Amino acid sequence: MQKMQFKIVSLILIALFYCIQGNAQNMQKGKKIYETRCLACHQADGGGVPNMNAPLDAASNVVGKDIARLVRIIRYGYNERVALDGFYYSNAMTASPDLKDNEIADLLTYIRNSWSNKASAVTIAQVQAAKKKK
Amino acid sequence: MYKLSNLLLACVFVFSVNAQENAGLRLPAGFSATLFADQIGAARHITINDKGILFAKLNYPNKAGQSIVRMEDANGDGIAEKQSGWGKYGGTGIYVKGNQLYASSDDAVYLYQLDANGEVTNPTAPKTIIQNLHSRRQHASKSITLDPQGNIYVNIGAYSNACQEKDRSVGSKGMMPCPILDSAGGVWKFDGSKENQSYAEGKRYATGLRNVIGLDWNNQTNSLFVTQHGRDQLNTFYPTMYTDAQNAELPAETMYEMKEGDDAGWPYVYYDPFQKKKILSPEYGGDGKLEGGKNALNPLVAFPAHMAPMALLFYKGNQFPAKYKEGAFISFHGSWNRAPLPQEGYFVAFVPFKNGKPSGEWEIFANGFAGADNNKSPRAAKARPCGLAEGPDGSLYVSDDSKGAIFKISFNK
Repeated sequence: MQKMQFKIVSLILIALFYCIQGNAQNMQKGKKIYETRCLACHQADGGGVPNMNAPLDAASNVVGKDIARLVRIIRYGYNERVALDGFYYSNAMTASPDLKDNEIADLLTYIRNSWSNKASAVTIAQVQAAKKKK
Repeated sequence: MYKLSNLLLACVFVFSVNAQENAGLRLPAGFSATLFADQIGAARHITINDKGILFAKLNYPNKAGQSIVRMEDANGDGIAEKQSGWGKYGGTGIYVKGNQLYASSDDAVYLYQLDANGEVTNPTAPKTIIQNLHSRRQHASKSITLDPQGNIYVNIGAYSNACQEKDRSVGSKGMMPCPILDSAGGVWKFDGSKENQSYAEGKRYATGLRNVIGLDWNNQTNSLFVTQHGRDQLNTFYPTMYTDAQNAELPAETMYEMKEGDDAGWPYVYYDPFQKKKILSPEYGGDGKLEGGKNALNPLVAFPAHMAPMALLFYKGNQFPAKYKEGAFISFHGSWNRAPLPQEGYFVAFVPFKNGKPSGEWEIFANGFAGADNNKSPRAAKARPCGLAEGPDGSLYVSDDSKGAIFKISFNK
């Protein structure tokens, strides 16, 4: 009986280890994509540029529940005046149609868990679900 | 040891008190600054009447629901103890001429009447001087200035970065000719006293300007001077031609003297301050070396890239030392497109002029607006210099459109 318990605990620990490591890997991959595609406008601290480029840090939409919208903005770009937390942002955002589902998941996981953001990781399934909606 | 640490503490204390002196600004020897006003809202351009009453145009209404704020320092202590305001629309431009106060939204210019005390008499019923100008999100703000004849010059910024078929998109070509230039990307001239003008009644005075926020009439040359915001993101869209480090320094932010009909070259060329040449934009077949813009002006002054010149003011007063007379002050908002390299700007620069031409290198005049060692992001800047105005006593005022401070800079005789 004790052996059984030990096995279960071990399994949970191993699973947990892979989860955390997987997440860290996603964060790393997401960070790389952020640095090459997003940082120029959204800045190193995710703070954006007042009146021009929307902030990602501490932005209600970014850590919110509508993952599908975030996926679509990354994939298709954004060319409307963005209203966010009481301010407006004017610059057009470049589309990234070449990003794969897993890359968008990594990128969003990174953005939603960087700076002061603490939100759920984004899964490939969530990215794929967003695609179907469009 | 105890004494040493006390001494160190004392040094730190003295240093921090000094840092707050001059409202936290670093100025040349002999100058001082006060915080004339604070937290008034996103103060864009500012203007002062002959009694020293200052008016600021806010980018959007403040908490009190005002978008034009009137500030008065009746007791002369360098702090505006009287503040009031009106107006419900955001905007950038403001210009006072006698008892007439012009203010702009992002698509119109309005005219208010002031009484002998500099109080507005028609806060809810201004005359509409210009209307229905393009306001298409990007570069929508309308800066204004007047010439001595009463003509008003309005910047209509290009609603685009580089006139690509698809704005800010990798691989999208520049449109030839750029269709934006017929109604934006330049400075338009109107009659400052006529109502309800628009494109049909105005005239495209100068073209090829991506976005001008700073502009001023120079009485010595009797001509218009402007500062342009150069294009962004050469490295983002052309990573094989431009590195991050190159993009951080390209293209120059530029100052031009614009006579009627002049062309500064946007979007076909940008100015490279290292080669000292007008370089063909990559959207139009350029490779970073090919020149272009044969008929376009060369800039009078080239400033470092992306620092965003927000206001231009020729100094007419006698309070500052002689070297400043008739020279140009330029406020820099601070960059964002130098990332991942440190951001730059967040200061007021000075260019000496002689006989209507720059007579020396530009220099930093007032610095420290962003706060100590902030170079990470525009959001973190304590203040972002925007508007400039000269008081009747020759003091220089600088507005901040981030937290809404107004700084007053004086020379101590």
